[in-house]
Amino acid sequence: MWFEDLLIQIKSVLVLNAPEGLRPILSAMLSATPILSAFGGLFAAVTLLERKMLGRIQNRYGPNRVGPFGIFQPVADGIKMLTKEDIVPKTADHLIHFLAPLLLLLTAMLGLSVIPYGEKLVAIRFEAGIVFFFAVGGAAELAVFMAGWASRNKYALLGSLRAIAQMVSYEIPLILSSVCVLMAAGTLSLDEVAKSQSGGMLSWYIMTPWGLMGCVLFLIATLAEVNRSPFDIPEAESELIAGHMTEYSGFKYAVFFLAEFVAMFAMCALTATLFLGGYHPPLPILAFIPGPFWLFAKLMVLVLLFIWIRGTMPRLRADQLMEFAWKFMLPMAVINLISTGCWIALGRGSLGWGLSALINLAAYGALSRWLSSRPNQQKRTYRFAEGPMHAA
Amino acid sequence: MTTVFCITALTTLASAVAAMSLRNLVHCVLCLTVSFIGMAMVYLQLSSQFVGFAQVMVYVGAVAILMIFALLMTRGGQELFMREWRPMHWLVGGLVSLALLAVLVGSILQSPVIQNTGPVDKVERVKDLGQSLVYEYLLPLEALALLLTVALIGAALIALPPKQHPIKPQPREDS
Repeated sequence: MWFEDLLIQIKSVLVLNAPEGLRPILSAMLSATPILSAFGGLFAAVTLLERKMLGRIQNRYGPNRVGPFGIFQPVADGIKMLTKEDIVPKTADHLIHFLAPLLLLLTAMLGLSVIPYGEKLVAIRFEAGIVFFFAVGGAAELAVFMAGWASRNKYALLGSLRAIAQMVSYEIPLILSSVCVLMAAGTLSLDEVAKSQSGGMLSWYIMTPWGLMGCVLFLIATLAEVNRSPFDIPEAESELIAGHMTEYSGFKYAVFFLAEFVAMFAMCALTATLFLGGYHPPLPILAFIPGPFWLFAKLMVLVLLFIWIRGTMPRLRADQLMEFAWKFMLPMAVINLISTGCWIALGRGSLGWGLSALINLAAYGALSRWLSSRPNQQKRTYRFAEGPMHAA
Repeated sequence: MTTVFCITALTTLASAVAAMSLRNLVHCVLCLTVSFIGMAMVYLQLSSQFVGFAQVMVYVGAVAILMIFALLMTRGGQELFMREWRPMHWLVGGLVSLALLAVLVGSILQSPVIQNTGPVDKVERVKDLGQSLVYEYLLPLEALALLLTVALIGAALIALPPKQHPIKPQPREDS
Protein backbone atom coordinates (compact mmCIF):
# COMPACT_ATOMS: atom_id res chain seq x y z
CA MET A 1 0.00 0.00 0.00
CA TRP A 2 2.79 2.46 0.84
CA PHE A 3 4.08 2.27 -2.71
CA GLU A 4 0.72 3.05 -4.28
CA ASP A 5 0.10 5.89 -1.83
CA LEU A 6 3.51 7.32 -2.67
CA LEU A 7 2.74 7.27 -6.40
CA ILE A 8 -0.66 8.88 -5.82
CA GLN A 9 0.94 11.56 -3.63
CA ILE A 10 3.51 12.39 -6.30
CA LYS A 11 0.84 12.60 -8.96
CA SER A 12 -1.49 14.80 -6.93
CA VAL A 13 1.34 17.21 -6.06
CA LEU A 14 2.32 17.48 -9.72
CA VAL A 15 -1.25 17.93 -10.93
CA LEU A 16 -2.28 20.44 -8.27
CA ASN A 17 0.69 22.68 -9.03
CA ALA A 18 -0.18 22.87 -12.70
CA PRO A 19 -2.41 25.63 -14.14
CA GLU A 20 -6.13 24.90 -14.06
CA GLY A 21 -6.62 24.27 -17.78
CA LEU A 22 -3.76 21.80 -18.09
CA ARG A 23 -4.77 19.55 -15.19
CA PRO A 24 -6.91 16.97 -17.01
CA ILE A 25 -4.32 16.53 -19.75
CA LEU A 26 -1.45 16.37 -17.26
CA SER A 27 -3.31 13.84 -15.15
CA ALA A 28 -3.99 11.64 -18.16
CA MET A 29 -0.38 11.88 -19.28
CA LEU A 30 0.92 11.05 -15.83
CA SER A 31 -1.21 7.91 -15.87
CA ALA A 32 -0.24 6.88 -19.37
CA THR A 33 3.51 7.58 -19.34
CA PRO A 34 4.55 5.01 -16.71
CA ILE A 35 2.56 2.29 -18.50
CA LEU A 36 3.98 3.13 -21.91
CA SER A 37 7.56 3.42 -20.70
CA ALA A 38 7.39 0.32 -18.51
CA PHE A 39 6.07 -1.85 -21.32
CA GLY A 40 8.40 -0.28 -23.87
CA GLY A 41 11.33 -1.15 -21.64
CA LEU A 42 9.92 -4.59 -21.02
CA PHE A 43 9.72 -5.08 -24.80
CA ALA A 44 13.45 -4.41 -25.15
CA ALA A 45 14.26 -6.74 -22.27
CA VAL A 46 11.99 -9.53 -23.49
CA THR A 47 13.38 -9.52 -27.05
CA LEU A 48 16.81 -10.17 -25.58
CA LEU A 49 15.47 -12.70 -23.10
CA GLU A 50 13.60 -14.54 -25.83
CA ARG A 51 16.68 -14.81 -28.03
CA LYS A 52 18.79 -15.91 -25.11
CA MET A 53 16.28 -18.53 -24.01
CA LEU A 54 15.73 -19.83 -27.53
CA GLY A 55 19.49 -20.09 -27.85
CA ARG A 56 19.62 -22.04 -24.60
CA ILE A 57 16.86 -24.40 -25.78
CA GLN A 58 18.58 -24.90 -29.13
CA ASN A 59 21.98 -25.46 -27.53
CA ARG A 60 23.70 -22.30 -28.74
CA TYR A 61 24.76 -19.03 -27.13
CA GLY A 62 22.29 -16.52 -28.53
CA PRO A 63 23.34 -12.87 -28.88
CA ASN A 64 26.60 -12.30 -27.02
CA ARG A 65 28.53 -9.63 -28.97
CA VAL A 66 27.06 -6.28 -27.93
CA GLY A 67 28.07 -5.47 -24.37
CA PRO A 68 28.64 -7.97 -21.56
CA PHE A 69 26.60 -11.15 -22.29
CA GLY A 70 24.98 -9.28 -25.17
CA ILE A 71 22.77 -7.16 -22.93
CA PHE A 72 22.94 -4.16 -25.29
CA GLN A 73 21.59 -6.20 -28.19
CA PRO A 74 18.16 -4.44 -28.09
CA VAL A 75 19.94 -1.07 -28.51
CA ALA A 76 21.81 -2.38 -31.54
CA ASP A 77 18.56 -3.81 -32.95
CA GLY A 78 16.81 -0.49 -32.46
CA ILE A 79 19.57 1.49 -34.19
CA LYS A 80 19.58 -0.98 -37.05
CA MET A 81 15.81 -0.77 -37.47
CA LEU A 82 15.79 3.04 -37.27
CA THR A 83 18.51 3.55 -39.85
CA LYS A 84 17.15 1.03 -42.34
CA GLU A 85 15.57 2.40 -45.48
CA ASP A 86 11.81 2.64 -45.31
CA ILE A 87 10.65 0.98 -48.52
CA VAL A 88 7.06 1.50 -49.62
CA PRO A 89 5.89 -0.26 -52.79
CA LYS A 90 5.20 2.12 -55.65
CA THR A 91 1.58 1.08 -56.10
CA ALA A 92 0.85 0.84 -52.38
CA ASP A 93 -1.87 2.85 -50.74
CA HIS A 94 0.54 5.15 -48.91
CA LEU A 95 -1.74 6.52 -46.23
CA ILE A 96 -3.20 3.16 -45.18
CA HIS A 97 0.21 1.52 -45.47
CA PHE A 98 1.48 4.11 -43.01
CA LEU A 99 -1.51 3.95 -40.67
CA ALA A 100 -1.70 0.15 -40.30
CA PRO A 101 1.27 -0.39 -37.92
CA LEU A 102 0.25 2.63 -35.86
CA LEU A 103 -3.31 1.35 -35.48
CA LEU A 104 -2.03 -2.07 -34.49
CA LEU A 105 0.24 -0.54 -31.84
CA LEU A 106 -2.61 1.68 -30.63
CA THR A 107 -4.97 -1.26 -30.12
CA ALA A 108 -2.28 -3.17 -28.24
CA MET A 109 -1.45 -0.20 -26.01
CA LEU A 110 -5.09 0.64 -25.26
CA GLY A 111 -5.60 -2.80 -23.78
CA LEU A 112 -2.99 -1.99 -21.12
CA SER A 113 -4.97 0.98 -19.88
CA VAL A 114 -7.68 -1.05 -18.13
CA ILE A 115 -5.40 -3.53 -16.34
CA PRO A 116 -5.33 -2.95 -12.58
CA TYR A 117 -1.67 -2.70 -11.56
CA GLY A 118 -2.50 -2.28 -7.91
CA GLU A 119 -5.49 -1.68 -5.73
CA LYS A 120 -5.43 2.02 -6.56
CA LEU A 121 -3.37 1.90 -9.75
CA VAL A 122 -5.78 1.65 -12.64
CA ALA A 123 -5.29 4.04 -15.55
CA ILE A 124 -8.96 3.98 -16.63
CA ARG A 125 -11.51 2.56 -14.24
CA PHE A 126 -14.21 1.32 -16.60
CA GLU A 127 -17.23 -0.50 -15.30
CA ALA A 128 -17.06 -2.72 -18.37
CA GLY A 129 -13.28 -2.88 -18.51
CA ILE A 130 -12.99 -6.34 -19.99
CA VAL A 131 -15.43 -5.49 -22.77
CA PHE A 132 -13.22 -2.50 -23.58
CA PHE A 133 -10.17 -4.77 -23.66
CA PHE A 134 -11.74 -7.20 -26.11
CA ALA A 135 -13.30 -4.41 -28.17
CA VAL A 136 -9.99 -2.69 -28.86
CA GLY A 137 -8.41 -6.12 -29.39
CA GLY A 138 -10.96 -6.73 -32.13
CA ALA A 139 -9.80 -3.61 -33.95
CA ALA A 140 -6.37 -5.23 -34.37
CA GLU A 141 -7.85 -7.44 -37.10
CA LEU A 142 -8.71 -4.35 -39.07
CA ALA A 143 -5.13 -3.11 -38.75
CA VAL A 144 -3.83 -6.44 -40.03
CA PHE A 145 -6.15 -6.23 -43.00
CA MET A 146 -5.08 -2.64 -43.69
CA ALA A 147 -1.45 -3.72 -43.69
CA GLY A 148 -2.06 -6.58 -46.08
CA TRP A 149 -4.35 -4.77 -48.45
CA ALA A 150 -2.45 -1.49 -48.63
CA SER A 151 0.76 -3.27 -49.62
CA ARG A 152 -0.82 -4.13 -53.00
CA ASN A 153 0.88 -7.50 -52.90
CA LYS A 154 -1.02 -10.74 -53.22
CA TYR A 155 1.10 -12.59 -50.70
CA ALA A 156 0.58 -9.83 -48.18
CA LEU A 157 -3.17 -9.81 -48.81
CA LEU A 158 -3.48 -13.60 -48.54
CA GLY A 159 -1.35 -13.54 -45.41
CA SER A 160 -3.52 -10.90 -43.82
CA LEU A 161 -6.70 -12.82 -44.62
CA ARG A 162 -5.18 -15.95 -43.09
CA ALA A 163 -4.21 -13.97 -39.99
CA ILE A 164 -7.69 -12.46 -39.70
CA ALA A 165 -9.36 -15.85 -40.05
CA GLN A 166 -7.19 -17.18 -37.23
CA MET A 167 -7.75 -14.19 -34.97
CA VAL A 168 -11.52 -14.21 -35.51
CA SER A 169 -11.74 -17.95 -34.82
CA TYR A 170 -9.74 -17.81 -31.61
CA GLU A 171 -11.44 -14.69 -30.33
CA ILE A 172 -14.58 -16.71 -29.55
CA PRO A 173 -12.96 -19.29 -27.21
CA LEU A 174 -10.85 -16.47 -25.78
CA ILE A 175 -13.87 -14.46 -24.73
CA LEU A 176 -15.90 -17.51 -23.68
CA SER A 177 -13.13 -18.80 -21.45
CA SER A 178 -12.89 -15.45 -19.71
CA VAL A 179 -16.63 -15.36 -19.12
CA CYS A 180 -16.37 -18.07 -16.43
CA VAL A 181 -14.32 -15.70 -14.26
CA LEU A 182 -16.79 -12.90 -14.85
CA MET A 183 -19.60 -15.23 -13.75
CA ALA A 184 -17.77 -16.11 -10.56
CA ALA A 185 -16.79 -12.54 -9.77
CA GLY A 186 -20.18 -11.17 -10.82
CA THR A 187 -18.75 -8.12 -12.54
CA LEU A 188 -17.31 -6.90 -15.83
CA SER A 189 -14.81 -4.60 -14.17
CA LEU A 190 -11.25 -5.95 -14.07
CA ASP A 191 -10.72 -3.99 -10.91
CA GLU A 192 -13.43 -5.92 -9.09
CA VAL A 193 -12.27 -9.22 -10.58
CA ALA A 194 -8.82 -8.68 -9.09
CA LYS A 195 -10.33 -7.57 -5.79
CA SER A 196 -12.44 -10.72 -5.54
CA GLN A 197 -9.30 -12.89 -5.48
CA SER A 198 -7.63 -11.37 -2.42
CA GLY A 199 -6.33 -13.50 0.40
CA GLY A 200 -3.59 -15.74 -0.88
CA MET A 201 -3.09 -18.30 -3.55
CA LEU A 202 -6.03 -20.51 -2.59
CA SER A 203 -8.57 -17.88 -3.52
CA TRP A 204 -7.16 -17.38 -7.01
CA TYR A 205 -9.52 -18.65 -9.67
CA ILE A 206 -6.91 -20.99 -11.12
CA MET A 207 -7.32 -23.08 -7.97
CA THR A 208 -10.79 -24.21 -9.06
CA PRO A 209 -11.29 -26.86 -11.77
CA TRP A 210 -13.16 -24.50 -14.08
CA GLY A 211 -10.55 -21.82 -13.45
CA LEU A 212 -7.72 -24.15 -14.40
CA MET A 213 -9.50 -25.24 -17.57
CA GLY A 214 -10.44 -21.65 -18.35
CA CYS A 215 -6.87 -20.51 -17.80
CA VAL A 216 -5.45 -23.18 -20.10
CA LEU A 217 -8.00 -22.41 -22.81
CA PHE A 218 -7.39 -18.70 -22.38
CA LEU A 219 -3.63 -19.12 -22.70
CA ILE A 220 -3.97 -21.25 -25.85
CA ALA A 221 -6.34 -18.72 -27.39
CA THR A 222 -3.94 -15.95 -26.36
CA LEU A 223 -1.11 -17.67 -28.20
CA ALA A 224 -3.25 -17.74 -31.33
CA GLU A 225 -4.54 -14.22 -30.86
CA VAL A 226 -1.10 -12.62 -30.65
CA ASN A 227 0.32 -14.88 -33.40
CA ARG A 228 2.86 -16.61 -31.21
CA SER A 229 4.27 -20.03 -31.92
CA PRO A 230 2.82 -22.70 -32.32
CA PHE A 231 0.08 -20.58 -33.90
CA ASP A 232 2.41 -18.24 -35.80
CA ILE A 233 1.18 -19.30 -39.21
CA PRO A 234 0.32 -15.65 -40.08
CA GLU A 235 4.00 -14.82 -39.88
CA ALA A 236 5.73 -18.19 -40.37
CA GLU A 237 9.05 -16.69 -41.41
CA SER A 238 10.56 -20.01 -42.44
CA GLU A 239 7.73 -21.31 -44.63
CA LEU A 240 5.70 -18.39 -45.83
CA ILE A 241 7.05 -14.92 -46.27
CA ALA A 242 6.06 -12.76 -43.36
CA GLY A 243 2.35 -12.58 -44.23
CA HIS A 244 0.83 -9.17 -43.89
CA MET A 245 4.23 -7.70 -43.01
CA THR A 246 5.82 -8.70 -46.33
CA GLU A 247 6.08 -5.17 -47.68
CA TYR A 248 7.18 -3.53 -44.46
CA SER A 249 10.75 -2.70 -43.63
CA GLY A 250 12.75 -0.60 -41.25
CA PHE A 251 10.95 1.12 -38.45
CA LYS A 252 7.44 0.20 -39.56
CA TYR A 253 8.40 -3.46 -39.27
CA ALA A 254 9.78 -2.71 -35.82
CA VAL A 255 6.47 -1.13 -34.88
CA PHE A 256 4.68 -4.33 -35.93
CA PHE A 257 7.07 -6.29 -33.79
CA LEU A 258 6.53 -3.94 -30.86
CA ALA A 259 2.75 -4.17 -31.28
CA GLU A 260 2.93 -7.96 -31.24
CA PHE A 261 4.93 -7.98 -28.03
CA VAL A 262 2.80 -5.33 -26.33
CA ALA A 263 -0.32 -7.30 -27.25
CA MET A 264 1.30 -10.35 -25.69
CA PHE A 265 2.07 -8.42 -22.50
CA ALA A 266 -1.47 -7.10 -22.37
CA MET A 267 -2.95 -10.56 -22.78
CA CYS A 268 -0.59 -11.99 -20.16
CA ALA A 269 -1.52 -9.20 -17.76
CA LEU A 270 -5.17 -9.96 -18.40
CA THR A 271 -4.58 -13.67 -17.75
CA ALA A 272 -2.83 -12.81 -14.52
CA THR A 273 -5.70 -10.52 -13.51
CA LEU A 274 -8.42 -12.99 -14.38
CA PHE A 275 -6.98 -16.26 -13.15
CA LEU A 276 -3.82 -15.63 -11.13
CA GLY A 277 -5.05 -13.09 -8.62
CA GLY A 278 -3.83 -9.96 -10.39
CA TYR A 279 -1.76 -7.80 -8.08
CA HIS A 280 -2.34 -9.97 -5.03
CA PRO A 281 0.64 -11.78 -3.50
CA PRO A 282 0.53 -15.59 -3.33
CA LEU A 283 0.66 -15.47 0.46
CA PRO A 284 -1.03 -12.73 2.54
CA ILE A 285 2.21 -12.40 4.53
CA LEU A 286 3.99 -11.05 1.46
CA ALA A 287 1.62 -8.11 1.11
CA PHE A 288 4.38 -5.63 2.04
CA ILE A 289 5.80 -6.04 -1.46
CA PRO A 290 3.80 -3.67 -3.70
CA GLY A 291 1.08 -4.96 -6.05
CA PRO A 292 2.67 -3.92 -9.38
CA PHE A 293 5.62 -6.16 -8.56
CA TRP A 294 3.38 -9.20 -8.22
CA LEU A 295 1.49 -8.42 -11.40
CA PHE A 296 4.73 -8.08 -13.34
CA ALA A 297 6.11 -11.25 -11.77
CA LYS A 298 3.07 -13.23 -12.92
CA LEU A 299 3.25 -11.57 -16.33
CA MET A 300 6.89 -12.55 -16.68
CA VAL A 301 6.15 -16.15 -15.71
CA LEU A 302 3.56 -16.31 -18.47
CA VAL A 303 5.91 -14.67 -20.98
CA LEU A 304 8.61 -17.20 -20.11
CA LEU A 305 6.05 -19.97 -20.61
CA PHE A 306 5.30 -18.56 -24.05
CA ILE A 307 8.99 -18.47 -24.96
CA TRP A 308 9.39 -22.03 -23.72
CA ILE A 309 6.44 -23.13 -25.88
CA ARG A 310 7.94 -21.31 -28.85
CA GLY A 311 11.22 -23.09 -28.39
CA THR A 312 9.77 -26.57 -28.09
CA MET A 313 6.54 -26.84 -30.09
CA PRO A 314 6.29 -27.34 -33.87
CA ARG A 315 4.07 -25.02 -35.84
CA LEU A 316 0.50 -26.09 -36.63
CA ARG A 317 -0.86 -26.28 -40.14
CA ALA A 318 -3.62 -23.79 -40.97
CA ASP A 319 -6.41 -26.39 -41.16
CA GLN A 320 -5.31 -28.10 -37.94
CA LEU A 321 -5.40 -24.72 -36.28
CA MET A 322 -8.97 -24.03 -37.40
CA GLU A 323 -10.11 -27.54 -36.49
CA PHE A 324 -8.65 -27.16 -33.03
CA ALA A 325 -10.42 -23.85 -32.49
CA TRP A 326 -13.86 -24.95 -33.60
CA LYS A 327 -13.91 -28.61 -32.57
CA PHE A 328 -12.05 -28.52 -29.29
CA MET A 329 -11.66 -25.01 -27.88
CA LEU A 330 -15.21 -23.82 -28.49
CA PRO A 331 -17.11 -26.85 -27.04
CA MET A 332 -14.68 -27.04 -24.13
CA ALA A 333 -15.17 -23.36 -23.34
CA VAL A 334 -18.96 -23.76 -23.41
CA ILE A 335 -18.83 -26.84 -21.16
CA ASN A 336 -16.53 -24.92 -18.86
CA LEU A 337 -19.25 -22.29 -18.50
CA ILE A 338 -21.68 -25.03 -17.42
CA SER A 339 -19.20 -26.33 -14.90
CA THR A 340 -18.69 -22.80 -13.56
CA GLY A 341 -22.44 -22.48 -13.21
CA CYS A 342 -22.56 -25.71 -11.21
CA TRP A 343 -19.78 -24.46 -8.97
CA ILE A 344 -21.64 -21.23 -8.26
CA ALA A 345 -25.03 -22.93 -7.84
CA LEU A 346 -23.66 -25.45 -5.33
CA GLY A 347 -22.40 -22.69 -3.08
CA ARG A 348 -18.78 -22.47 -4.17
CA GLY A 349 -17.87 -25.26 -1.73
CA SER A 350 -16.14 -28.60 -2.09
CA LEU A 351 -19.27 -30.24 -3.55
CA GLY A 352 -19.31 -27.73 -6.41
CA TRP A 353 -15.57 -28.16 -6.75
CA GLY A 354 -15.94 -31.90 -7.24
CA LEU A 355 -18.85 -31.66 -9.65
CA SER A 356 -17.07 -29.01 -11.68
CA ALA A 357 -13.94 -31.16 -11.86
CA LEU A 358 -16.04 -34.15 -12.88
CA ILE A 359 -17.82 -32.26 -15.67
CA ASN A 360 -14.58 -30.85 -17.02
CA LEU A 361 -12.74 -34.17 -16.91
CA ALA A 362 -15.63 -36.04 -18.54
CA ALA A 363 -15.97 -33.41 -21.24
CA TYR A 364 -12.23 -33.37 -21.89
CA GLY A 365 -12.11 -37.17 -22.10
CA ALA A 366 -15.13 -37.42 -24.37
CA LEU A 367 -13.99 -34.63 -26.66
CA SER A 368 -10.46 -35.91 -27.03
CA ARG A 369 -11.67 -39.48 -27.65
CA TRP A 370 -14.13 -38.26 -30.26
CA LEU A 371 -11.56 -36.12 -32.00
CA SER A 372 -8.88 -38.80 -32.03
CA SER A 373 -11.21 -41.65 -33.08
CA ARG A 374 -12.34 -39.92 -36.23
CA PRO A 375 -10.73 -41.36 -39.35
CA ASN A 376 -8.47 -38.46 -40.07
CA GLN A 377 -5.74 -40.58 -41.53
CA GLN A 378 -7.10 -40.66 -45.07
CA LYS A 379 -5.27 -39.04 -47.93
CA ARG A 380 -5.52 -35.28 -47.95
CA THR A 381 -7.31 -33.87 -50.95
CA TYR A 382 -6.94 -30.29 -52.00
CA ARG A 383 -10.27 -29.01 -53.13
CA PHE A 384 -9.07 -26.36 -55.52
CA ALA A 385 -5.73 -27.79 -56.57
CA GLU A 386 -6.85 -31.19 -57.84
CA GLY A 387 -10.03 -33.24 -58.15
CA PRO A 388 -12.98 -32.96 -60.53
CA MET A 389 -12.88 -29.18 -60.89
CA HIS A 390 -9.27 -29.21 -61.94
CA ALA A 391 -9.63 -32.20 -64.23
CA ALA A 392 -12.56 -30.66 -66.04
CA MET B 1 -23.20 20.72 -27.19
CA THR B 2 -19.77 20.36 -25.77
CA THR B 3 -16.59 20.57 -27.80
CA VAL B 4 -15.99 16.85 -27.50
CA PHE B 5 -19.44 16.07 -28.85
CA CYS B 6 -18.90 18.46 -31.76
CA ILE B 7 -15.62 16.82 -32.66
CA THR B 8 -17.04 13.29 -32.54
CA ALA B 9 -20.19 14.28 -34.41
CA LEU B 10 -18.21 16.02 -37.14
CA THR B 11 -15.82 13.07 -37.48
CA THR B 12 -18.71 10.62 -37.65
CA LEU B 13 -20.57 12.62 -40.25
CA ALA B 14 -17.48 13.37 -42.32
CA SER B 15 -16.44 9.73 -42.42
CA ALA B 16 -19.99 8.66 -43.24
CA VAL B 17 -20.02 11.09 -46.17
CA ALA B 18 -16.62 9.80 -47.23
CA ALA B 19 -17.88 6.23 -47.01
CA MET B 20 -20.63 7.11 -49.44
CA SER B 21 -18.55 9.08 -51.90
CA LEU B 22 -15.06 7.58 -52.08
CA ARG B 23 -14.27 5.66 -55.24
CA ASN B 24 -12.38 2.74 -53.73
CA LEU B 25 -14.64 0.30 -51.90
CA VAL B 26 -12.03 -0.67 -49.32
CA HIS B 27 -11.56 2.99 -48.45
CA CYS B 28 -15.33 3.21 -48.05
CA VAL B 29 -15.35 0.33 -45.57
CA LEU B 30 -12.50 1.86 -43.58
CA CYS B 31 -14.29 5.23 -43.46
CA LEU B 32 -17.47 3.48 -42.37
CA THR B 33 -15.46 1.91 -39.55
CA VAL B 34 -14.35 5.35 -38.42
CA SER B 35 -17.96 6.44 -38.29
CA PHE B 36 -18.84 3.31 -36.27
CA ILE B 37 -16.17 4.28 -33.78
CA GLY B 38 -17.54 7.82 -33.70
CA MET B 39 -20.97 6.45 -32.82
CA ALA B 40 -19.43 4.35 -30.06
CA MET B 41 -17.87 7.55 -28.69
CA VAL B 42 -21.28 9.22 -28.66
CA TYR B 43 -22.58 6.30 -26.59
CA LEU B 44 -19.66 6.74 -24.22
CA GLN B 45 -20.46 10.42 -23.82
CA LEU B 46 -24.00 9.43 -22.91
CA SER B 47 -22.31 7.41 -20.14
CA SER B 48 -23.47 4.08 -21.44
CA GLN B 49 -20.16 2.25 -21.51
CA PHE B 50 -21.39 -1.21 -22.27
CA VAL B 51 -23.32 -0.21 -25.37
CA GLY B 52 -20.36 1.81 -26.62
CA PHE B 53 -17.88 -1.02 -26.19
CA ALA B 54 -20.31 -3.53 -27.62
CA GLN B 55 -20.67 -1.23 -30.63
CA VAL B 56 -16.91 -1.28 -31.17
CA MET B 57 -16.72 -5.02 -30.59
CA VAL B 58 -19.54 -5.94 -32.94
CA TYR B 59 -19.23 -3.32 -35.65
CA VAL B 60 -15.47 -2.78 -35.81
CA GLY B 61 -14.40 -6.25 -34.79
CA ALA B 62 -16.98 -8.25 -36.72
CA VAL B 63 -19.15 -6.32 -39.17
CA ALA B 64 -16.28 -4.37 -40.75
CA ILE B 65 -14.26 -7.58 -41.14
CA LEU B 66 -17.30 -9.31 -42.62
CA MET B 67 -17.78 -6.50 -45.12
CA ILE B 68 -14.12 -6.65 -46.07
CA PHE B 69 -14.26 -10.40 -46.63
CA ALA B 70 -17.43 -10.03 -48.69
CA LEU B 71 -15.80 -7.29 -50.72
CA LEU B 72 -12.66 -9.24 -51.44
CA MET B 73 -14.57 -12.38 -52.35
CA THR B 74 -16.87 -10.66 -54.81
CA ARG B 75 -15.26 -7.93 -56.82
CA GLY B 76 -11.81 -7.42 -55.39
CA GLY B 77 -12.55 -3.98 -54.03
CA GLN B 78 -10.82 -2.31 -56.91
CA GLU B 79 -13.79 -1.58 -59.11
CA LEU B 80 -15.04 1.91 -59.49
CA PHE B 81 -18.56 3.04 -58.97
CA MET B 82 -20.72 3.61 -61.94
CA ARG B 83 -20.62 7.32 -62.58
CA GLU B 84 -23.56 7.65 -64.92
CA TRP B 85 -26.59 9.62 -63.97
CA ARG B 86 -29.47 7.30 -63.03
CA PRO B 87 -32.49 9.47 -62.08
CA MET B 88 -34.55 6.47 -61.00
CA HIS B 89 -31.90 5.38 -58.48
CA TRP B 90 -31.72 8.86 -57.05
CA LEU B 91 -35.49 9.09 -56.78
CA VAL B 92 -35.88 5.73 -55.02
CA GLY B 93 -32.88 6.35 -52.78
CA GLY B 94 -34.18 9.78 -51.83
CA LEU B 95 -37.62 8.43 -51.02
CA VAL B 96 -36.22 5.64 -48.86
CA SER B 97 -33.96 7.99 -46.94
CA LEU B 98 -36.79 10.49 -46.46
CA ALA B 99 -39.02 7.75 -45.09
CA LEU B 100 -36.27 6.60 -42.74
CA LEU B 101 -35.70 10.17 -41.58
CA ALA B 102 -39.42 10.59 -40.94
CA VAL B 103 -39.55 7.41 -38.87
CA LEU B 104 -36.49 8.41 -36.83
CA VAL B 105 -37.62 12.00 -36.22
CA GLY B 106 -41.12 10.85 -35.37
CA SER B 107 -39.96 8.30 -32.82
CA ILE B 108 -37.50 10.76 -31.27
CA LEU B 109 -40.19 13.42 -30.93
CA GLN B 110 -42.59 10.94 -29.31
CA SER B 111 -40.09 9.50 -26.87
CA PRO B 112 -40.22 10.62 -23.24
CA VAL B 113 -36.55 11.57 -23.39
CA ILE B 114 -37.26 14.71 -25.38
CA GLN B 115 -39.92 15.92 -22.96
CA ASN B 116 -37.84 16.17 -19.81
CA THR B 117 -35.01 18.45 -20.76
CA GLY B 118 -33.14 18.30 -17.49
CA PRO B 119 -29.93 16.31 -17.13
CA VAL B 120 -30.42 12.59 -16.79
CA ASP B 121 -29.41 11.64 -13.26
CA LYS B 122 -29.75 7.89 -13.62
CA VAL B 123 -26.44 6.50 -14.81
CA GLU B 124 -26.84 3.23 -16.64
CA ARG B 125 -25.16 0.43 -14.77
CA VAL B 126 -23.93 -2.66 -16.55
CA LYS B 127 -25.55 -4.78 -13.87
CA ASP B 128 -28.98 -3.23 -14.50
CA LEU B 129 -28.56 -3.82 -18.20
CA GLY B 130 -27.72 -7.48 -17.67
CA GLN B 131 -30.53 -8.03 -15.22
CA SER B 132 -33.15 -6.47 -17.43
CA LEU B 133 -31.80 -8.55 -20.31
CA VAL B 134 -32.14 -11.81 -18.39
CA TYR B 135 -35.30 -11.11 -16.36
CA GLU B 136 -37.40 -8.72 -18.41
CA TYR B 137 -36.38 -9.46 -21.98
CA LEU B 138 -35.55 -13.14 -21.65
CA LEU B 139 -37.78 -14.32 -24.48
CA PRO B 140 -36.42 -11.91 -27.13
CA LEU B 141 -32.91 -12.80 -25.99
CA GLU B 142 -33.59 -16.51 -26.41
CA ALA B 143 -35.20 -15.92 -29.79
CA LEU B 144 -32.14 -13.95 -30.91
CA ALA B 145 -29.83 -16.69 -29.68
CA LEU B 146 -31.86 -19.29 -31.60
CA LEU B 147 -31.78 -17.15 -34.73
CA LEU B 148 -28.02 -16.74 -34.51
CA THR B 149 -27.54 -20.47 -33.95
CA VAL B 150 -29.68 -21.21 -36.99
CA ALA B 151 -27.63 -18.76 -39.03
CA LEU B 152 -24.39 -20.35 -37.81
CA ILE B 153 -25.54 -23.87 -38.66
CA GLY B 154 -26.76 -22.68 -42.04
CA ALA B 155 -23.41 -21.05 -42.77
CA ALA B 156 -21.60 -24.24 -41.77
CA LEU B 157 -23.87 -26.28 -44.06
CA ILE B 158 -23.20 -23.99 -46.99
CA ALA B 159 -19.48 -24.16 -46.33
CA LEU B 160 -19.35 -27.96 -46.29
CA PRO B 161 -17.37 -29.51 -49.14
CA PRO B 162 -19.65 -30.38 -52.09
CA LYS B 163 -19.35 -34.16 -51.89
CA GLN B 164 -20.79 -34.20 -48.37
CA HIS B 165 -23.40 -31.62 -49.22
CA PRO B 166 -26.71 -32.80 -47.72
CA ILE B 167 -29.00 -30.54 -49.73
CA LYS B 168 -27.63 -30.30 -53.22
CA PRO B 169 -25.35 -33.21 -54.15
CA GLN B 170 -23.02 -32.35 -57.01
CA PRO B 171 -23.68 -34.38 -60.16
CA ARG B 172 -20.52 -36.32 -60.79
CA GLU B 173 -19.35 -36.68 -64.35
CA ASP B 174 -17.07 -39.68 -64.42
CA SER B 175 -15.88 -40.41 -67.90
